Amino acid sequence: MTRGRIRARLRLSHLYTFACTRPEATEEGPHSIEGPGYSRIVHCNQPLMHKKKPFKYRSNYISTTKYNFFTFLPKALYEQFHRVANLYFLAAAIVSVTPLSPFSAVSMIAPLVFVVGLSMAKEALEDWRRFMQDIKVNSRKVKFHKEEGVFDYKSWKKLQVGDVVKVEKDQFFPADLLLLSSSYEDGICYVETMNLDGETNLKVKRALEVTLPLDEDASFKNFTGKIKCEDPNPSLYTFIGNFEYDHEIYALDPSQILLRDSKLRNTAFVYGVVIFTGHDSKVMQNATKSPSKRSRIERKMDYIIYVLFSLLLVISLVSSIGFAVKTKFDMPDWWYLQPQNTDDYYDPRKPVLSGVTHLITALMLYGYLIPISLYVSIEVVKVLQATFINQDIQMYDEETGNPAQARTSNLNEELGQVDTILSDKTGTLTCNQMDFLKCSIAGTAYGMSSSEVELAAAQQMASDLEDQDVERSTDFRQKGKQQEIELETVVISEDEMVHKSPIKGFSFEDSRVMEGNWLNEPNADVIMLFFRILAICHTAVPELNEETGSYTYESESPDEAAFLVAAREFGFEFCKRTQSSVFVREREFKLLNMLEFTSKRKRMTVIVRDEDGQILVLCKGADSIIFDRLSKNGRLYEEDTTRHLNEYGEAGLRTLALAYKRLGESEYSAWNNEFQEAKTTIGPDRDLMLENIAEMMERDLILVGATAVEDKLQKGVPQCIDKLAQAGLKIWVLTGDKVETAINIGYACSLLRQGMKQICITEISSDAKEVVKENILLQMTNASQMIKLEREPHAAFALIIDGKTLAYALEDDVKQQFLVLAVQCASVICCRVSPKQKALVTRLVKEGTGKTTLAIGDGANDVGMIKEADIGVGISGVEGMQAVMASDFSIAQFRFLERLLVVHGHWCYKRIAQMVCYFFYKNIAFGLTLFYFEAFAGFSGQSIYDDWYMLLFNVLLTSLPVISLGVFEQDVSSEVCLQFPAVYQQGPKNLFFDWYKILGWMGNGLYSSLIIFFLNIIIFYDQAFREEGQTASMPALGTTMFTCIIWALNCQIAFTMSHFTWIQHLFIWGSIATWYLFLFVYGRLSPSISGNAYQILVEALAPAPIYWLATLLVTIACNLPYLAHISYQRCFHPLDHHIIQEIKYYKKDVEDQRMWTRERSRARERTMIGFSARVDAKIRQLKGKLQRKQPSSEIHSPARSS
Amino acid sequence: MDTNGATTSSAAGGGSTSKSSSKKHSRKPVISTFTIIGIIFIPLGLVSLSASEKVVEIVDRYDESCVPSDYSNDKLKFIQNPSINKSCVRTLTVPKLMKSPVFIYYQLDNYYQNHRRYVKSRSDKQLRSVSDEKSTKDCSPEDKTVDGPIVPCGLVAWSLFNDTYVFSVNSKTIEVNKHDIAWKSDKEHKFGSNVYPKNFQSGGLIGGAKLNSSVPLSKQEDLMVWMRTAALPTFRKLYGKIEQDLQANEKIQVVIQNNYNTYSFSGKKKLVLSTTSWIGGKNDFLGIAYIIVGGLCLFLAVCFILLYVIKPRPLGDPSYLSWNRSPAGHPN
Repeated sequence: MTRGRIRARLRLSHLYTFACTRPEATEEGPHSIEGPGYSRIVHCNQPLMHKKKPFKYRSNYISTTKYNFFTFLPKALYEQFHRVANLYFLAAAIVSVTPLSPFSAVSMIAPLVFVVGLSMAKEALEDWRRFMQDIKVNSRKVKFHKEEGVFDYKSWKKLQVGDVVKVEKDQFFPADLLLLSSSYEDGICYVETMNLDGETNLKVKRALEVTLPLDEDASFKNFTGKIKCEDPNPSLYTFIGNFEYDHEIYALDPSQILLRDSKLRNTAFVYGVVIFTGHDSKVMQNATKSPSKRSRIERKMDYIIYVLFSLLLVISLVSSIGFAVKTKFDMPDWWYLQPQNTDDYYDPRKPVLSGVTHLITALMLYGYLIPISLYVSIEVVKVLQATFINQDIQMYDEETGNPAQARTSNLNEELGQVDTILSDKTGTLTCNQMDFLKCSIAGTAYGMSSSEVELAAAQQMASDLEDQDVERSTDFRQKGKQQEIELETVVISEDEMVHKSPIKGFSFEDSRVMEGNWLNEPNADVIMLFFRILAICHTAVPELNEETGSYTYESESPDEAAFLVAAREFGFEFCKRTQSSVFVREREFKLLNMLEFTSKRKRMTVIVRDEDGQILVLCKGADSIIFDRLSKNGRLYEEDTTRHLNEYGEAGLRTLALAYKRLGESEYSAWNNEFQEAKTTIGPDRDLMLENIAEMMERDLILVGATAVEDKLQKGVPQCIDKLAQAGLKIWVLTGDKVETAINIGYACSLLRQGMKQICITEISSDAKEVVKENILLQMTNASQMIKLEREPHAAFALIIDGKTLAYALEDDVKQQFLVLAVQCASVICCRVSPKQKALVTRLVKEGTGKTTLAIGDGANDVGMIKEADIGVGISGVEGMQAVMASDFSIAQFRFLERLLVVHGHWCYKRIAQMVCYFFYKNIAFGLTLFYFEAFAGFSGQSIYDDWYMLLFNVLLTSLPVISLGVFEQDVSSEVCLQFPAVYQQGPKNLFFDWYKILGWMGNGLYSSLIIFFLNIIIFYDQAFREEGQTASMPALGTTMFTCIIWALNCQIAFTMSHFTWIQHLFIWGSIATWYLFLFVYGRLSPSISGNAYQILVEALAPAPIYWLATLLVTIACNLPYLAHISYQRCFHPLDHHIIQEIKYYKKDVEDQRMWTRERSRARERTMIGFSARVDAKIRQLKGKLQRKQPSSEIHSPARSS
Repeated sequence: MDTNGATTSSAAGGGSTSKSSSKKHSRKPVISTFTIIGIIFIPLGLVSLSASEKVVEIVDRYDESCVPSDYSNDKLKFIQNPSINKSCVRTLTVPKLMKSPVFIYYQLDNYYQNHRRYVKSRSDKQLRSVSDEKSTKDCSPEDKTVDGPIVPCGLVAWSLFNDTYVFSVNSKTIEVNKHDIAWKSDKEHKFGSNVYPKNFQSGGLIGGAKLNSSVPLSKQEDLMVWMRTAALPTFRKLYGKIEQDLQANEKIQVVIQNNYNTYSFSGKKKLVLSTTSWIGGKNDFLGIAYIIVGGLCLFLAVCFILLYVIKPRPLGDPSYLSWNRSPAGHPN
């Protein structure tokens, strides 16, 4: 608190030249607010006015749930019966209570209730979680103006438009507010918009001058005002409105608006008036509905269900027509059926009626073609798969204690088919922490530590070279130039990482300049100047940490904080800022002027007077900007510095160039007069004038050096991106950050590299929308043309686009072209995008390419895209839970994404695909035998199997093996998955669930059904099947046939699996044993229960050798084609996992490690991004160089000491 | 460096040895599986076939010839006229020695015992115990008469087969044993020993055979056999056993009471005499199927061997990995 008050005395706005003067420029007059879209009127401090129409707006209560208490049942049921299969089963269940049903009613209703109940319970649980979250938010408390200048607390949900609220430090704003005043005299406040755009740097908001006096509770006693403004809309960066106060009208713009869900920082308190509440607020307007997501496989399954439905319908129709024909023409002759005494159902005189009623019976009888248990099994399997994901110790983050979490289990297999990853930057790829890493002073590079990118690249290169070494030593020691490559590139040794400095924001290491040693360097004076610029040229405020006695710094950008920390470590500690001075250690620098950083200027300058009275112009800025402004004799170090800057840029570091100049007193005062004059001008030209005058000062500078700051990547990010790229995934970065930052991170993550052609699509400043759009289109056409004309095989393109341009590019008529361009580029980086745009881009990719997208992010600003993407992944890291709440999967760190996709995704995809295929196979094989029998039973609807066999078929006898397939199957082990990321492509290419595969399995089912039925009936139809002379009755034949089915199907699944543990063995062979056991027990029961199956195994079948012989014959005959097919495929068209299985089986990987590592390094998709690609590019470049130099030296033995 | 070299050489050595060993091992699982199946199946097929060959079977179709020539245009009239004598004499020649027991079957054709209406039209409860006499709800229209429930009710019992056969060799009657033609479980558990036929075949429509109402159902083995409904429209049912050897070339005279109506739906009726072996009756198909499947497996094994000789692929050869095959593979 005290700190706040001390600082409150500062009028920070006086420091600024550009940012804070801007409101005055708009004071020329209020916006003309008329017409539709600008109807909102807010009566400040008069919430009572908003109690009734027409000023009654939505309350501040928010709800993000899908259902409420009353709508849950109808809505959730509607969702459930949206599935065709469920609808069919519902109809079947209804019919099953009528006498038309060939089965008992319970056997139809129970599974349906189970399936629907399970899914609905899951929905309810998820919605309940959301509801609890809402309650928490809605019941947060905020101080509001009650009456007579008294403030009191009330919960967020009760807040009304027009309320005056007081928000204190580190609190969230409860609604969109108009800032009236703050604890600072000049009415500014700092806001953290993490939840809106993911940025953690603070933004300055500034109240109108007229409301500044309203800075204490009592002053609101008689405060009234009227705001006329735009209607609720989702645009975060715009606001248009007028404020009527004291009979004057003032214009409002976004800098007075405090948005809901952003946080007040570094400011003791602010007063504000509620403008937009609840769902009207900008952040809620940005919220997208959470859609119910379904995986690709599941959607395709629907089509298969349609196919099966058609099949069902066809055979039912055939059945019923057959029945009608038989009934009409044949049945009158079948005296033993007493055709003259029948009910309607069998009446030969009404064949049409019998046909129609029979259709219903047939639809139910053949219902086994549509596997209801498939849905149950899939639900069970997915829950178990999700448990595996949750339990995976290798995705457990020890630091935060967060495991990976599959929040919705119905997308597991989708993880194996991802094509494009859309990633947030801050908090996802980076830690949002800047580390001062290197610098170049007076043409000398300092700083020995290497960025993570360099380390990762060096490791990759080392392993590649090792590989080449080995190859060379075997390939009769061919000539190679690896020695030189090594010298040029691998310059860092890894153990440096061990004693890395623990200071946050500072990873610099170089004994030449540390601990005062810089004094001994040749250019000590320049070095001192360098450090001074770091310590003086900024807008930060120091804060004394009382425990440690050292200073920490609060700044608008994290870079500045890193500079200050660095300066402190070098002995230039910035310790105090007053209105007019900056104190570095004991030295005082009088601050004369500050020309601060704006995104347009890309530089910042301070003019100070040091203790000797010398006036210094200190400037830092983007290198290109600074280099343009150097004087002739200031370019001494330009060449070296440029080289260093390129290196830093390549290493993924953020760079700034530093420069200075000395100024004579008279020179300064002349300039300052002009400057002050311009500052006080009123009129539209003022900004331009100020800029011109600033430009005059920032000229003829002398270059000092450059800094390199590492935007600290999260652990393992470059490696992970590299692996994902090798797995063939495309990665797009969508960030709310500035273009420069985004590009830097692009380099850091190896999404960009030197030599990649960057296509920047930017917007030209023009008022006419059409012109801008036209121009953007032209840029895109040119870029596409350029890509098309590119001949170089290794050329890679990167697309960089910012939010404003994106707004045009996402318009309906342009977006297709934009997408085409983006897809051709190896990496795509979108900067300054709003949450809504993130969602729109995601939708564009999802719908435009038709491939699976995965969005990953950590903040509330990513919620939109997380919900929009096919799969949303939330980082359950430090900030907030909104992303996690909206996500389908949550992981603690970005690097776990690799394992989540490459291991779990791959497995789950194959498991579910095989499982679904097998399910269809099994139900076709079984269901069709029923149909064939119909043809032999006059299409009468008689089933050859006992009701109990049919009931148990899906429930007990074939369910567990298929579940074990879905849960435990793995084609290759997790290590192999990670070592051979290319294997992942089997998923996106959909090798295991294409129509070829599905129809193959269905064909196999058809074949099996034919074999099972016809072999059995030929063997059993007339002859005695026992030595005692008895012939087979219907139950005996049915039971034999069913035995064959159980054997054939279970053997089939055993052939399908490639990974066996005792569980699979238990389930498969156990299922067969269970069948015999069931038959035995069922036969033992009293004949009133078992009916025709009484004693059937013990008395009739088991003693007959032909029963066993038939089982063996049919089982083998059923599986023979599949066996031949997979043998053929394995032998002559093996898939990757087959080969790897063989390599593993013969332990070749252990015996021939060279081959193993070589294959590992080759097992990647052709990729343009990731550091492997970067290393490749580098190697190519070096090789190119070396080829030019004729290889002369004899190669040394491939020795490498490290 | 040293270690590097060492691993290199050993790796190379390992590579070559594994190559040679893989040649030996290659295809083994596939080829051996097919071979083993073939080796097991063909003998099994031969054994079954020989068992089937040992079975001697006489099949005689009599539905056509047992109709007097003056009725041959209207067989239905013949069969439906109770006043006409239905007996008919057939002579069968024994082709080979038929060892006792010789089983007698009747075979019906185009007869839908598996029709849903037919299958359901019975009451197992009623057959089992007297107390459930009245549970005839599924038996309609053969459920009850004015005198009370029909026992046994339903179409199945009502349509009981009623042709009879009397065998003689050289005018010497051969004993036909009609005991133990039904399953033991039927006799002991499913057909009650205190349940007697009641009101059976007393309605307006007479279906098939009549039952002796003084004999309990548990002794009516013909009924039990009949009520085990057949799975297919062509079926055989056990009629009885001849417990004496029939010599080759013996002429057997059969006097058939041709009562059962198959003429209305033009079904055939056959009389079958057959011995059995361990696989039951004559069943060449099983043996042939075994031989075919076994042969197919051997054929596949040979194919795979040939394919392997023509186009060998060492197991675990990394050059077959997709990234090594596709031309678009990673340049390196």
